[in-house]
Amino acid sequence: MKNTISARVADFLKNYPPFNEVDTKELESLSEEVSIIYKVKGEIIFAIDEEAHQYFYVVHKGAVVLTKEPNDEVVDLCDEGDIFGLRPLIANENYKIGAKAYEETILYAIPIIDFKPIIKKHDEVGTFLIESFASNTRNPYSNSYRGKLYEATSATEQNRVNDKELLDLQGVPYSKKLITCSENTTIKTIAIKMTEKKVGSVLVVNNKLPVGIITDKDLRNKIATGLFPITTRAKNVMSSPVITYPKKMTVTQAQMAMMKSDISHLCLTLDGTTNSEAVGIISKHDIMFELGNNPAVLLKAIKRANGFKKIKAVRRRIMSLLQGYLDQNIPLTLTSKIISELNDACIKQIIKIALNKMDAQPPVKFAWLAMGSQGRSEQLLHTDQDNAVVFENVSQDQLEETRNYFLDLAKIVTKGLFDIGYEYCPAEMMASNPDWCLSLSEWKERTFHWITNPGPDQVLLSSIFFDYNLAYGETSLVNDLSTHLFETTEKYPNFFLHLASGALQSPSPSGFFRSFLVEEDGEYKDFFDLKRRALMPLIDGARVLVLSHKVKLINNTAERFEKLAELEPNNEELFLACSYATKALLKFRTKHGLLHNDSGRFIALTKLTKEEKIKLKRSFKTIKDLQELLKVRFKVTNLLN
Amino acid sequence: MNLFKKKRKKNYPDFWMKYEAKFEKKASYALPEIRFVVFDTETTGFDYDNDRILSIGALSVKNNSIHISDSFEAFLYQHFYHAKNIEIHGILQEERHERITELEALIQFLDYIGNSVLVAHHAGFDKNMINYALKRHGMPDLKNKFLDTSVLYKRTLINSPLLPVKPQYSLDELAEKFDISKKDRHTALGDAYITAIAFMKIVQKLKLKKNFSAKKLLK
Repeated sequence: MKNTISARVADFLKNYPPFNEVDTKELESLSEEVSIIYKVKGEIIFAIDEEAHQYFYVVHKGAVVLTKEPNDEVVDLCDEGDIFGLRPLIANENYKIGAKAYEETILYAIPIIDFKPIIKKHDEVGTFLIESFASNTRNPYSNSYRGKLYEATSATEQNRVNDKELLDLQGVPYSKKLITCSENTTIKTIAIKMTEKKVGSVLVVNNKLPVGIITDKDLRNKIATGLFPITTRAKNVMSSPVITYPKKMTVTQAQMAMMKSDISHLCLTLDGTTNSEAVGIISKHDIMFELGNNPAVLLKAIKRANGFKKIKAVRRRIMSLLQGYLDQNIPLTLTSKIISELNDACIKQIIKIALNKMDAQPPVKFAWLAMGSQGRSEQLLHTDQDNAVVFENVSQDQLEETRNYFLDLAKIVTKGLFDIGYEYCPAEMMASNPDWCLSLSEWKERTFHWITNPGPDQVLLSSIFFDYNLAYGETSLVNDLSTHLFETTEKYPNFFLHLASGALQSPSPSGFFRSFLVEEDGEYKDFFDLKRRALMPLIDGARVLVLSHKVKLINNTAERFEKLAELEPNNEELFLACSYATKALLKFRTKHGLLHNDSGRFIALTKLTKEEKIKLKRSFKTIKDLQELLKVRFKVTNLLN
Repeated sequence: MNLFKKKRKKNYPDFWMKYEAKFEKKASYALPEIRFVVFDTETTGFDYDNDRILSIGALSVKNNSIHISDSFEAFLYQHFYHAKNIEIHGILQEERHERITELEALIQFLDYIGNSVLVAHHAGFDKNMINYALKRHGMPDLKNKFLDTSVLYKRTLINSPLLPVKPQYSLDELAEKFDISKKDRHTALGDAYITAIAFMKIVQKLKLKKNFSAKKLLK
């Protein structure tokens, strides 16, 4: 029975190989037999040695990680449109690799019995299956076989293929969207085009055949030096002849070719000579991106991304960079600086993309604020998004219209952040919520209200909001708001008392016998809540102390403690200990988060080594000392409850 | 106390008796074994007496899977025709879908749902719409258990003074929250699909709360 949903499934499948080779009618009737399966993050789809299901799977939404023994080594990560679990069905054997939902995932399960006739009927489908078996296509995650429907048995039997060997096999990815010009195009036009398209080179073609290439370097060496005027034609400046290669080349070959001719761009043609049509360009940057995770390369990749999906791919590489830093024990201060910088760049790029998607330019200046852990540059892993928008004051009659513009913008941005892995804030503290998308004077009013009426809600709101950091937009708006905050808190010092008592509300990390206190019920029963019991007291404590010292522009908790140590030499030892504890706990959390692909907030105590437990406990002593200091300084005791 | 006015057992048609018989066996409370039927009706309006069902779309959800082959879509003949509804539903009277009578649709629907747990967004409305249609044909109300995704969704929200809970959450809002494509919105089966995905995600969230049990969910 063909219906709305099967049509929808067919509509999705037809975009991905090998289904694109199947004709519409057949695809529709295949779709009628599909099951749509929802998998929670971490849920197992099939395990190693499990008997093969009657279905193979296509990822509709989310991602699936394929692993093999020993040690659950990651073999592949399947994204939207990728197929997995087909080989055992054809080979009639049990699963040799395991599959698990890497994110919350929706799968299409396709019955093999209905798919087999299609393989037989369409040669192209069969060819696809054989080709994906035989060729290696690129995959940054593994020593493996992306898009492969059959897992290569020879490789499973071999010991691990190491990365270097793999580069020799990996086909090089090249950009198929060629930016070209003719021999008579003026240099000025070319430079404008290169700027627009954000590329470093333009191919000069004549009848689709490559005749020359102009790169950034040519513009610098031949135009900026005055050798040629900017009105000159391409043919006078271009490097010619072009060095061309066939499109089937590996990363290593491409790298060698560039070294050999000392060039930064390779032109790929149909048959590899200058006498055939140009089909693509490989830049040094493309190669660098393949070669490894390097912050500068990733940063460039983010800035070049023109869609959320591309950023998501880069984000995954940021995570493996982070893993590498932790494995190599690089100091956390440096690690978090780099990762925050990259995270920041992702957010900026998402906002840029969102602005492009809007029909109109922003009506007034605005600033996008990152709040909470992101504002403090302490967000190493994906957690919830907390953000807000402040826009320039407008007249009352334009206020709602202006707000609506920014709400629409924020909806696209928050969706983009969601797409790359930041969950929506469960308390709706997001710029897409009208309460968090305000004009400057509205923000001033609102924060004034919080400071002058510090109930528990207001203190909580302040503690989230006051760590804001400009993520994108107009600096002056943020400075104006900060000045307002400091002036107000100065006039109403009572606020600090409440903020300090809020900081003391976090539950204690350890009990009377110095044992860990764990959660008593709910999803995380018997887990240790690292965030609430250990990190929050430090974060909250640092905030109130720093605000009371009127220190501006330092948001990071560890840095705040370092500043405090400088300001109060008599407490230097404690504050430095706090700074150390913050970093240690953050590192701890990040490690656990990476290990379990979650936020790392809840720790299973049974999985900790003795050394780790001792380390944790040592930080609890520091927390206790800090809380004592807060109590005495802000005279909180007599106010509590 | 009126012993003489004891309810007379009516003679219902076979399809109803068959439907009723499915409720004799005690239903399972093991979540993976429960068959949920997520459905939606498109109607000519909101008046139970005067408005009519234009189409019914339904999917079954069992153990977090939707089998497309086990779905239901029916378009009904229209005697009542409100031009204003075309805009929302896009169902034109002349459209190519094969149409059946209201009674035929009810017969097929009852056969399809059996004793499954019914799920709908703002379920009260769809439930009443079906019940009124049943009444027109001399049948009693549906006997199935009902779940309303708009009510269930509210239970997933965190309990925080910072988050004001709205009295109503539209299907569009749920689709946005749970990142479900709004394609085919305002067709009965399209809406049923969105509701079904949202339903699975909601149940997942509820499962993580303390004291969750399928029995409680179905209460």
